[in-house]
Amino acid sequence: MATLKTVVLDSDKCIGCITCMRRCPTEAIRIENGKARILYDKCINCGECVRSCKGGAKRPVYDSFELVSSYRYKIALPSPSLFGQFNNLDDPNYVIEGLLALGFDEVFEVGLAAELVTDCTKKLMQTEDLPRPVISTACPAVAELILLRFHELADHMLNVYAPAKIAAKLAKKQALQRGIPADDIGIFFISPCPAKVYSLHKEEVSNEKYISGVLSQSDVYFRLVEKMNKIKNPRKLGKCGYSGLGWGSSGGESNSLGLGNYIHCSGSRNVLGLLHEMSDGKLDGTDFVELNMCPGGCVGGVLNVENPFIARNHMRQLAEKLKIPPATMEEYGLDETFFIWDKAPEPSTSFQLDSDRFTAMQKMMQVEEYLKKLPGIDCGACGAPTCRCHAEDVVLSGGVLDCVKLEERK
Amino acid sequence: MQCIRLEYEVDGENFASAGNASESVKRTLKQLGVSPASVRRVAIAMYEGEINMVIHAHGGKAEVEIYPDKVEIYLKDSGPGIADVDLAMKAGYSTATESIRSLGFGAGMGLPNMKKYSDEMRIETAVGVGTTVFLRINLE
Repeated sequence: MATLKTVVLDSDKCIGCITCMRRCPTEAIRIENGKARILYDKCINCGECVRSCKGGAKRPVYDSFELVSSYRYKIALPSPSLFGQFNNLDDPNYVIEGLLALGFDEVFEVGLAAELVTDCTKKLMQTEDLPRPVISTACPAVAELILLRFHELADHMLNVYAPAKIAAKLAKKQALQRGIPADDIGIFFISPCPAKVYSLHKEEVSNEKYISGVLSQSDVYFRLVEKMNKIKNPRKLGKCGYSGLGWGSSGGESNSLGLGNYIHCSGSRNVLGLLHEMSDGKLDGTDFVELNMCPGGCVGGVLNVENPFIARNHMRQLAEKLKIPPATMEEYGLDETFFIWDKAPEPSTSFQLDSDRFTAMQKMMQVEEYLKKLPGIDCGACGAPTCRCHAEDVVLSGGVLDCVKLEERK
Repeated sequence: MQCIRLEYEVDGENFASAGNASESVKRTLKQLGVSPASVRRVAIAMYEGEINMVIHAHGGKAEVEIYPDKVEIYLKDSGPGIADVDLAMKAGYSTATESIRSLGFGAGMGLPNMKKYSDEMRIETAVGVGTTVFLRINLE
């Protein structure tokens, strides 16, 4: 991947309908010359446009499976949601053996890392004076949304790395300890969504840190099923229990913390609504808020194969069979420093009309003037999702209002 | 001085719509690059004001003026008015009905919070006529 884009347009397939533009939670799509254009500085990589495009014109970007073979020691990081993709799976070890049969030398379950993240979060919530409610940062699209539009909640973000990164860090540490040369190690996360592809590419792959590439769950799925069908008696390799597996759907993370006063919520509209309630001070008595942009949580990510609610049922039944106590930091010889962010992510200023307050005010007054003229029906015919967006676009780009309703009136 | 003037009707029949004006004002302030701390103060004061108008006055009108260095908010209603302003300002005091309390509102923190999060607050009220609450929040 040369550029950091997680969703690209297949121009031939795009018919210029306004479906994706309407569904985009950050108003980051415009229709120009009959084709959808993503404004990448406002995109949070949630995949809602991929989900809503009827013609398959929105293509998620991820690393090719062929990249795996360029490393001598290959480690797969399957996310909890992968285990929900299979019918009648009664033992997670089939998936692990399947990944080994695909050519990986080692499998490190992200669910196991999730259990460690839970342990760390519990400790931080007891010992540190974190502003309540603490907001989970496991969903990178939610984190991006806060950094783009909800700066007033940035200090509520839980300052620990997401399980995928922790899994990679720990897998690499253990491989190095076993004497495997660093250059030989290739660590691949199998992602349920474009948001994790983007965030791990930005933080990890581009900086040559712990993760070497991010694969698509659906791409791996079809290769994996073929291998899994040939496995008879899988070895007991998996270490992840019900708690880590639960992270694959909404509520898993917050349930595992053992708190009484928490909220979990999924789906972009619901997440936006709850963030607004939080910034109005309505949730000041709540301890923890888990937000997932995809409906149902990670099982709802657009790189999955199975319907999110069917996958969730699969995972619940599988979790019943994994009644083992969650992993602890102590067991793995870790402390909080292994999990805490090196530095807090920078808020984005893309939502501002201008970096200078007075200029921004002038522009906003012009927006309000335009809004008085526009019909306010948000029809989308101009190529912007709302009349307000169109007014802002015109003010920022210096063009003229282009509205079919205004033309009609003339 | 030039300012951005925004007006909102607050629907007295609809609890779910309380917060709409706050949401819109927040959007505007963020697009102006106003600091997160100031956005939060305006949001909370504004939201409490909206809820008050829904609970006590069957709705009303919110007028917001945004200046480079401050936000001024007028919350105007034609409700029952406040008989004893000092008492109404006491934390925990509320005239909200039991049914409203059961919804999680009416904790008696509305006016105190509006005072806490603003730099100036004035209340003009007459029983049987209505109430206007003026709030000024200085921007960082």
